[in-house]
This record gives sequence, C-alpha cells and structure tokens, in this order.
Amino acid sequence: MPESHRLNDPLPADSVGIITPQVAHFDTPLALACGKVLPDFDLVYETYGSLNAERSNAVLICHALSGHHHAAGYHNDEERKPGWWDAHIGPGKSIDTNHFFVVSLNNLGGCHGSTGPLSHNSETGRLWGPDFPLVTVSDWVNSQARLADRLGIERWAAAVGGSLGGMQVLQWSMAFPERIANAVVIAATPRLSAQNIAFNEVARQAIRSDPDFHAGWYSEHQTLPKRGLKLARMVGHITYLSEDAMGSKFGRDLRTNDLNFGFDVEFQVESYLRYQGDTFSTTFDANTYLLMTKALGYFDPAARYAGNLAEALAPALCPFLVLSFTSDWRFPPSRSRELVDALIQAGKPVSYANIDSPYGHDAFLLPDERYHAVFSAFMQRAAKEAGIMPANDEVTQ
Amino acid sequence: MRADLEIIYDWVPENAHVLDLACGDGVLLEALARDKDVSGYGLEIDPDGITRCISRGVSVIEHNLDDGLSSFSANSYDLVIMTQALQALRRPDKMLDEMLRVAEEGIITFPNFAYWRHRVHLGLRGYMPVSKSLPHAWFDTPNIHLSTFNDFEHLCRDKGLMIVDRAVGVGDHRGHWTSRLWPNLFGEIAIFRVRRRS
Repeated sequence: MPESHRLNDPLPADSVGIITPQVAHFDTPLALACGKVLPDFDLVYETYGSLNAERSNAVLICHALSGHHHAAGYHNDEERKPGWWDAHIGPGKSIDTNHFFVVSLNNLGGCHGSTGPLSHNSETGRLWGPDFPLVTVSDWVNSQARLADRLGIERWAAAVGGSLGGMQVLQWSMAFPERIANAVVIAATPRLSAQNIAFNEVARQAIRSDPDFHAGWYSEHQTLPKRGLKLARMVGHITYLSEDAMGSKFGRDLRTNDLNFGFDVEFQVESYLRYQGDTFSTTFDANTYLLMTKALGYFDPAARYAGNLAEALAPALCPFLVLSFTSDWRFPPSRSRELVDALIQAGKPVSYANIDSPYGHDAFLLPDERYHAVFSAFMQRAAKEAGIMPANDEVTQ
Repeated sequence: MRADLEIIYDWVPENAHVLDLACGDGVLLEALARDKDVSGYGLEIDPDGITRCISRGVSVIEHNLDDGLSSFSANSYDLVIMTQALQALRRPDKMLDEMLRVAEEGIITFPNFAYWRHRVHLGLRGYMPVSKSLPHAWFDTPNIHLSTFNDFEHLCRDKGLMIVDRAVGVGDHRGHWTSRLWPNLFGEIAIFRVRRRS
C-alpha cells in the first residue's frame, strides 16, 4: 500500500488531487446469474482526468476482493493515505490521467456505498444483510456496462484490473468484446485452484462461526462478527505476501527482548497480522467479504466449454496485456501463463511479462520500475491507437 | 534493421503466421506486420526488449526458450524464426526439433565460429574470438554452443532437414560474393532456412 505522506503536506504533484465520489442510481432491474433480480441499485464511483469530446479515452478500473471505488487521490485534506492504486493512476503514472479519463467503481455487493448487504432492499424496506444475492463476476460486469451507458462511454479505451479485478476484465472481453479496446489483466487467474478455494473457505468459516455473526443478521443485533472477520483477513493477508517479504519485513523479531512463554503477541509478525485483522474487521462488512469470496470461486469461464479456456475466449477482440509477479503464490505466474497460452491458442493479440518482485500477490498494488515500464508502454500504445496521444510521442521508460 | 533481419524480412511470405523466438525489440515483427500482413507472436526474455515490443504493438510473451515450446501446438504456425539465440540455448538440437514441430519451416541465424576473423583470433593469436558478432569474453558469454556454418549443415543433414535457402551476413551488410562462395570462411552470420520433409 502507498505510504501515508500527508500530514498537512501539499498534494504530491503526481496525484489526481482531492476527489469526490459520485453515485449513479439505476431503476431498471438487473437480472443476476443466480436467477434473482435486483429491482434497482446504486453504484458509487470516482473519476480521474477528463473525458474527451469523442468519449474515447475512458479507462475502467475493476477492483479486487477488498477493494472499492477509491483508487486514487484523496477524499479530503485530512485523509492520510491515497486511494488503493494511487501508485499507478495519476499524471505521468502507468494509467496517465493526462490522457485518460479513469472510472473506478465499488462493485455491487460491496460495502463502500454501492448497493450491497448494508443497503436496504427497496421492496421490503429491510436491510439486505445476508439476503443480498450472491453476485458473480458477470453480474458485476453487467452492472459496470450500465454505468458505462450512463456516462456515455460506448467503448472503454481499456479495462484494467488486478486479482479479482483481472477476472472482471476477462469477463468484459468475452461478454462485451466490442466495448473494450484493450484489456489489462494483472496478477489474476482464469479460475481459482482448489488451494485458493480452500483458503477462502477457511476465511468464510471463520466469519460464519463467530457467535456475533447471527447468520448474517449481526446489524439487527447491534453487533459485528469482528473476531471472524479479523481471522479471515489474517489468513487472507498471509496469502497476499510472499514468504520472503514476510521474512525480510519481520523475520523472527520479537516485540520485546525476551520470550514470555504465553499466548500474547510475541513475534512482530503476529502483531502485524492482528493489527491488519483488527483494522479490517471494523471497516469491512462480513457479508460483503463472504459474497466476494464466493464470486471469486464461481468464476470459471472455461467451464461452459468443457474446460477449454481458448474456446471461452474466442469472442474477445482486443489486445491483452497479462502481468504476473514472480513471488505471487496466491495467483502464481503459472496461472497467468495458463491464460496467456489460452489466448495464444485462440489467436488473440497478447503480451505477457512476469515481473520480478519479492512482494507476493500484493506486488500488483505497489510501485515498481519494470511493472511501470511495461504497463505504461501498453497504455501509451492504447492512447496512441485511440488517437488520444500523438503517435510520435517519446515513450517514457 | 540488422543485416540478418533484412534477409529474413525478404524471405517471409505475405500473410504468414509467424513465431519469432528471441524477437528482441520486435523490429522484425513490426515491419512484417506493417508491410506483409504477417501475424504472430514474439518470445523474449530481456525486460527492455519486452517493453519495446509492447511499445511497438508487437505481441510479445516473456519466455525462456530453454523451457521449450510446449505452449504451441504442432503445425500451428507457417514459420518459426530464431535469430542469434541458437548458440545460447542449452540444447540447440532439441530446439530445432521443437521449431519444426510447431511449423513446417524455420529460419535460424547464428554467429559463424569459423569466420576468418574468428579463426585468426584463435588460430594465430591463440585467444577465444571476440568480435562484433561475438562481443563477450569467454568467461561471461551467454553463448554456450558455438558452431560453424558447416556444423549446422551437418546437423540438418543428420536430422533429415531440407535446407531451402542459406545466406550470410558480414558486419552490418549482406555478404558479398566471397562469402557466398565460401560461407564457412567469409560469413560472419550464418542464416539458414530449413524445412522438414513431410
């Protein structure tokens, strides 16, 4: 995550600045993959940069498991940390807001303002809670297409996403091939492995077995399943970091000088994980976490084609950039390569780079010289092809 | 464009579906796509090369050639090109098999170790040759399987491959008549176009 550097400091020059989220309300019902229908819904979103007259410079950001619409800049002067992908969105950054109009939303089922378990069901007046339908990646993409319609964006110059966000980008390329000009899929996978599903199940069980969970109706009991959510996040967090990253950050360092032969926090890594879990358990909604992990698990575009991913990708029309990170063991390079091989088999234009990084899955959020070089080279190419940026502009590396 | 790339450019037919192994900065694939409607992918391992390919709009896959070409099915390409990489591979012979599994035809270029300047270096001065085509010192060279024009012809004969065309490059130019007549002596860069007998 980006370092917090604001304490009455001026905004960094490469920041998109102070951003105010917006809300789009949709009255037309949305049919979901599970068979249910959302009668109406809200999507909260932010935009960075400006939309050109031809509406051809829009880039969609798709967020990951615990992400949201606040991808870049600051909400106000008091905010200490910028949005979650500030390292890559802004003037002169990989997604250069001097050229692109960037749209970042909170997905349906989220807990940051879009319709989800924390919203009220307009038909019953009751809080959705655990009754909120299990939305899927394709539901998200369908709702994102509605947002594109609302903003007058017929075709994204690029759809970009890391991890679960990368799955949404893949879905865009297959479901709305004529509506995206480029696809950037980072640290993602075409489907979860048994190990991925297993880790998610541990996280879900941690939440669901918390006595404060109340079958998902914790709000009505004026409580929160904090312990469960904390555990879920701790397990998740381990899978986001590499062994090396954890080792070099904490090693076997102790909080105090001596062992105290008890079960309180002793090692620094324990303290760190507890802190991460605690913070998350008060800022994230448990029902949202449950359904997001389900959406991850359900995504498998090849399933309809007897496991043939190349066939599933046949409708895609855009060039792809696929990126992975050497130390990512949640969605390791081999999973990205699986996707790349399927794209090659399907004859789609695709470029692939495996970025050398010690930071595990989290590397996709962090700044890195080579990551920036390939990512921005692809985005600049996209800008030139869309006529947003002059073709003879020097490539910055 | 490099001399060997210019010759290859002329050899590649229009609309061909091509795999370019060790495609470097993608300059050949870009020119082929632009002028001859050639499609395909480049494989490269150098980060800068990969970035340059992406800037040019060339589809490039980060890939170590020593890992083989198992991602590519048999006969899925018209032509596989590999320039200046044969000598750096762990098993050049296996790669030749792989290339001609994926396509019926292959184009291969490599530095000719029997080039007269190399011979002078080794034969008269007694040092491992260092030249424009072999710029590294013996201890840090990536070139672990150096061979000659004749060696490669021999390998092709052993494998039952047909040599469709061969050419030489000298420095930045195509070879003149001496190198065409005595390629093993006067050719600095060997360029072969081979085909499997079906």
